[in-house]
Order: sequence, then C-alpha cells, then structure tokens
Amino acid sequence: MRVARTRRLSPWRYRAHRRVGEAASILLGIVLIFWSLAPIYNMAVIALSAHDDIFAGTIWPASPTLDSFYVVVTEGFWYLEHFWHQFGNSFFVGLMTMFLTLLIGSLASFTVGRMRLRNGWLLTNAALMTYVIPASFLAIPFYRIMQIYGLTNHLWAVIAAITTFATPYAIFIFSQYGKSIPMELDESARIDGANPLQIYLYVYLPLMAPALVAVGTYALLLAWNEYLYNFLMLSTPDSMTVAVALAQFLNSDESPWNLMMATAIVYALPPMMIYYMFRRNMAAGLTMGGVKG
Amino acid sequence: MSSAQQVLPLQTPIPAGRARRPRWRFRLQGSNTVWAIAFVVPYAAVFVAFVAYPVVFGLWMGSRPTLYTLLFSDPRYIDTLVNTLLFVCIGVNMKMFLAFLVSGFFMQRRWWVRALLVVFLLPWALPALSVFLSIHYMLVSQWGLLDTLWSVVTGADGPLFLVSRGTAMAANILAYIWKWLPFWTLIFLSARMAIPQEIYEAAAIDGATGIQQTVHVTFPLIANVYLVATLLSTLWTLGDFPTVHFVSSGAPARTTDVLATYGFREAFDFGHPELGAAAMISALPLAIPVVILLMRRLHRSGVQL
Repeated sequence: MRVARTRRLSPWRYRAHRRVGEAASILLGIVLIFWSLAPIYNMAVIALSAHDDIFAGTIWPASPTLDSFYVVVTEGFWYLEHFWHQFGNSFFVGLMTMFLTLLIGSLASFTVGRMRLRNGWLLTNAALMTYVIPASFLAIPFYRIMQIYGLTNHLWAVIAAITTFATPYAIFIFSQYGKSIPMELDESARIDGANPLQIYLYVYLPLMAPALVAVGTYALLLAWNEYLYNFLMLSTPDSMTVAVALAQFLNSDESPWNLMMATAIVYALPPMMIYYMFRRNMAAGLTMGGVKG
Repeated sequence: MSSAQQVLPLQTPIPAGRARRPRWRFRLQGSNTVWAIAFVVPYAAVFVAFVAYPVVFGLWMGSRPTLYTLLFSDPRYIDTLVNTLLFVCIGVNMKMFLAFLVSGFFMQRRWWVRALLVVFLLPWALPALSVFLSIHYMLVSQWGLLDTLWSVVTGADGPLFLVSRGTAMAANILAYIWKWLPFWTLIFLSARMAIPQEIYEAAAIDGATGIQQTVHVTFPLIANVYLVATLLSTLWTLGDFPTVHFVSSGAPARTTDVLATYGFREAFDFGHPELGAAAMISALPLAIPVVILLMRRLHRSGVQL
C-alpha cells in the first residue's frame, strides 16, 4: 500500500497561499455584488432622473429627483390612473392564490400521505406532470378556454392559472415534510374518535405550519411576479394588475421611462419585503425535500 | 418509519427483511373513503379543468399537418428553433456550472459571505418584469447604462447590443443566467451542506488539494442533484417567455425570438392561434425525452429538490 505524500509547505508560503485565496474570495465577492446589483442600480438611476436626464447618458442623474415616485403614488399619469386599484388587484390575486394553493395542496397531500389513498401516487405523479409542460405553452389554449368559461377580464382566471402551477409544488413539499410527522398522532386522534376532517384541522395543519409558511410565501411571490397570464387574461384598467399596467408603458409614444422605472420599483417592493421577512422559511422550503445526492 | 413505531406493540411481529406495512392501513373503511374522495376532489377538479383540458385542447389546436408545413416554410421559424436550442444549451449549462462554482464560494462561513448571499438572492426574488425591463434599458441605444460605462472607461461610443443577432442572443442568455443563478446556487448549496465534513477531512489527510477535493469528492456526491437540476431547468427554459420578450423582444427584427415568443406572437399579434400552438408543440420532440430521463432519474434515485 502506497502512503500518499502530503505536501509540506514552509510557513510563509502557506500564509501567502492563504492570502491569495482570501484575496480571490474578496474579488469574487465584489464581482458578485456588481453583477447582482447592476440592473437594480439601473432601475434606481432611471427612476430618479428627470425626464430630460434619461437620455443624457450619465452614470448618476445630474439632478436626481423623487418626482417620478410622486407621480406614481398620486396616480398622475394616464397609465397610472388606477394604480392603487390595480395594486389592490395584485394583492388580491396573490393572497387568493396563496390561500387556495395551501388549501388544495394540503388537502391533497393529507389524503395521499396520511389517509393512504390507494393509487394516491397517481395524484402526485399527475401533479408533477403539470411542470413538464412549460407554462407559456399552456397559455394559448388557456386563453381560449377562459373565453369559453367566460372568465376573461376577471381576476379569478389568473388566480385559477397560478394556483394550477403552484399546487403541484405545494403537494410535493407537503408530502415530503409530512413524512417527518409520525403516524401515531393520527392514530391516537382516530382512537379518540376524530373524523378525518378533525384530524386534518387539529393534528395535521398545526404540525405542518413551517411547510405552510414556506409554500405560502412561494405561492404569493409566484402570483405577484407572474406576467404572461396576467397580460393575457386582464385587459381592462379595472381588472388589470400592476404587472399589466407596467407593461403598458412599453406602448407609449412618449418614452416616460423614469415613470416606468419608478412604477417597476414600487411593484418590486412587496416581493423584496416578503423575501427579507421570510427568507429563512423560503430557503427552508426549497430544501424541505431534503436535498440528497 | 419513526422510531416510536418500532417500540409500540401495535403490529404483529414480522420476519426480518420484510417491509413493515401494517395491513389495516391499506383499507380505507367506509366513511373514511368518502372523506378521502372529498379531500381529493378540489385538486382533481383543478387538474382536469386547468391542466388536462388545456393540454388536450392545445394538442387539438395544433393537430393539422398543414400547420407544420407552414411553420417549416417560414425562415423565421428555423431561426427561432436554432435560437431556442442555443438559448437552452448554453444558458442552462453555463448557469449550472456557475451555480456549482458559486455555491462553493458561499460555503464559507464568514459574515460578509453570508451577507453577500442575501444580496445575491435579490435577482431571484424581484419580479421578472421589473428586472428584465431594467436590463433592456441598460442595453438599448447609446444612453443605456452599459454604453455609458463603456464611454466613461474607454472614451468611445459603446456597441449597440440589440442591433446584431449575436449580441442580442448573448444579452438574452446573460439576463437569463442573472435571474436564475441564485435559485440554483441555493439548491447546490443545500446539496453541498449535506456532505459530511469528515469526508473532506479524510481527503485532506490523503493529500488532496482544494481543487482535487472539489473534483473527486464534491462533484461525485452532488452529481445526481446536478443532473436532475439540469434536466428540470432544460424543461423550464424551453418554455421561457419573459426573458426574451422583455430583454430583446426578438430584436433585431424577430431574429432572436425563441419558441415561446414566436408562438405568442403568432397567436396574439398575428391572430393565428393554431400556428402558435403548433410552434409550441414542435418543442415536444425535445421536451419528451428530457421528461422521460428526468422521471427515470427521480424514480431510481429518489432525489428531491
């Protein structure tokens, strides 16, 4: 048996080695900061520019101003006339999607995982099949079908679409997380005379709370950030969400890019706040399946 | 199987080696079946109404063979196919490779690395619409941020990114990587954290350098996650719409369209929804093998994301 030779470096070479490693880390860190923040910085620069400064081609506006944000907040531009109503629409879509995803997903995974429905694996596999077909491919028939159901220009069309895409992930995470909850709790509740609904409400849901939070924030962010289905289903100013209103700016003849970026920043604030408040839950949600090699 | 189950004498003793599956759990008694069905109905209804029906409808919309002869006779469509393949192959593989490397960087436990991770995840958390619009305006014409930086550094006018197909494609791919790199980095980071430290210590005792440890220890252990992630990302990228739609909008003159934007344009801008559906369906010959590979991988190894 050959013994591997360890490399012996003299102390100062070892220190130099480590210093180079640290310098490389710091350099990579700086690159990552610039890489991650560049488009966000660009958004801020354009939003803070006065209208004439947009085309001046400077790294920082000559006279930065909060006027664009003022216009957005006071709905002072024709694309922004119903801004706060549309903001409310976005929130409604997000919250309903979150609620429905949690409800439908937890019911389905409870049935498959805890009540051991025969052939329940069919349900989980069918659910995962939803992700096989990219969402943008389904958009065309979806639009036509919503016309048939009479749901165009209704927020419920979008809620239905996004819930459809969020629920399989919810079922997956809930079934993975549910494996860590012992079946004895269900059994003892059953012995105490609980029916399945009571077991679901009083045993399953409270114990699934961390998974519920993780999936809920995921569904909320998915609904808020979604564009394509919003754009297809909602075209009246009353029913539009902020995403569609923002995209309207692209049709403008006037190039109000500072207003557009200000709207984009206001639109990006809720997901940023939710992300910062819940980032541990979200990171936990991603890995709740237990990433294994 | 929870440890409690092994202690509670609820089941009859079984010979060692057989799976412990208590018989009574498999039969749902009468009223339980009613509850089970009631609980499953909401998801089943959602699935039938919003997945099965649109899929069948979409397949029916794109079922006429003449649509495909029309498609293939359009030179834009051939360009689109090439673009989609480039976008998927280069975008996904570069992104996964970078995610693997960057996740190694984020394994360090220093305070500034952990703070940096919070900032690094921002592109993923923000809405695609806002950030892709911002990237578009960084690239477009001479007053965009990138050209401004270029002229500050070199004194000359910068290149017009969206005027040539090559740079516009590169911009799309980079924007796509920018948005999704954080998500996959997080996945790989979790996979790396699941590797026990002792293996690295053993490798270090045997004389392995950092790079050797990465190649011979880390990569084999997360190879499964890497493969599943790549397959899944390939599927999702095939249908990626917002990136190309907002960053380049197919510029110049629809030469950088991908299948999703081409189909969308045909269906909603030009009023040919069947052509749009056919364009989307034409991606299936690539998507279906990927799905089969993915399902077999998941089934065999049970990797969960």
